[in-house]
Amino acid sequence: MLRVDIEKKLGEFSLQASFTSEGRVIGLFGASGAGKSSLVNMIAGLLRPDRGTIVIDGETVDDTAAGIHVPTYRRHIGYVFQDARLFPHLDVAQNLDYGRRMNGLAPDPAQHKRVVELLDIGALLDRRPGKLSGGERQRVALGRALLSKPRLLLLDEPLGALDEGRKLEILPYLVRLRDEANVPMVYVSHDVAELRQLATQIVMLKQGRVTSFGGVRVLT
Amino acid sequence: MRDISPAEWTAILLSLRVAVIATLIATPFGIALAWLLARRDFWGKSVLDALVHLPLVLPPVVTGYLLLLTFGRRGLVGAFLADHLGIVFAFRWTGAALACGVMSFPLLVRPMRLSIEAIDRRLEQAAETLGAAPWKVFFTVTLPLALPGVLAGMVLGFAKAIGEFGATITFVSNIPGETQTISSAIYSLIQTPDGDAAAGRLVIVSVVLALGALIAAEWFARRATQRLHGN
Repeated sequence: MLRVDIEKKLGEFSLQASFTSEGRVIGLFGASGAGKSSLVNMIAGLLRPDRGTIVIDGETVDDTAAGIHVPTYRRHIGYVFQDARLFPHLDVAQNLDYGRRMNGLAPDPAQHKRVVELLDIGALLDRRPGKLSGGERQRVALGRALLSKPRLLLLDEPLGALDEGRKLEILPYLVRLRDEANVPMVYVSHDVAELRQLATQIVMLKQGRVTSFGGVRVLT
Repeated sequence: MRDISPAEWTAILLSLRVAVIATLIATPFGIALAWLLARRDFWGKSVLDALVHLPLVLPPVVTGYLLLLTFGRRGLVGAFLADHLGIVFAFRWTGAALACGVMSFPLLVRPMRLSIEAIDRRLEQAAETLGAAPWKVFFTVTLPLALPGVLAGMVLGFAKAIGEFGATITFVSNIPGETQTISSAIYSLIQTPDGDAAAGRLVIVSVVLALGALIAAEWFARRATQRLHGN
């Protein structure tokens, strides 16, 4: 479950969002500049709201009135950025293992195998990020986030930097992820088709305000 | 090389010892300072930055004299260290290491700072979202990515420390076997009749060491670029 009720001023721009969702994939939809990324960064703890609360999976991670702000590294979230952000000094296997090591989790070969197969990245394990294509990088980034065992997966336009062909190559993996990985997701996009395929619930943002909230139907 | 006399060897080995110790002790401070200057904004930052670079522009004899006033036997810090910890700098090789460390510090910090500044901070954010506490982010992402720059800084600092002359001779004098480094040995030799050949040999050693360090620093810098591109 994700509950968000925040206000944030960023220069001239003000963001005000309030919604509660039990959805498996919350689609955060809006034009660029609508405040989608700022909202996701607040859920991740990378940005601090001026006022309000954020509750992830029952834990209050932000509550300005009570002075609560849980730092990003203790939120147990996964974050897939538009620009993969793989660690260039580590190979793919080490990138995948990073979250587990940082969280002090015991190795989980079964889960590792499942994720590697789900994303079809077994052949890439000993490569450096610099030697991967954009689509491969994004799949590894997904795997890296999943293997840190997050309770919520944030995806900020994960297909945004890819061309049409590559998008179609990754989309099926995301659908499988939704159906098999059992991690709730917040999926940011300005692409209606993408969200129709993936999201179970839509939060529509326009100039920093939530204009509609509901099923995928609101996208029409 | 077989022509190098025992006295010259003493000076070369002392220079190496002084420069190695100076570099090793300066490195952690250098990394911390480089990080601070690259990543933090605080009151007095430009003053600190200027202070770090001061030995680069101050006459070395001034730096040496200031060290003598501060770390000499009757200096404020020197007296304290001598009385309480038994560490003496004045007219000892440890003093030479201190002088070399201070003089080479700006050169040591600079490549470290540049390499930290060149790191994409979004990678550090990514590490944080994966559960890494700030200090873990530093040791698993920032430092490894900055490593070539850190090594380049160490090499440059080392090369500068090997060649340091003015501050060292002012602070700890020119005592053969204790504080006489390559530079001060050359200085003594060229003032001695018939010292030319020996001075020439030490000059060649200096040039070789300095060139080697510059080539090594260049190589580390190239490695840094490759690392940041993930190849």
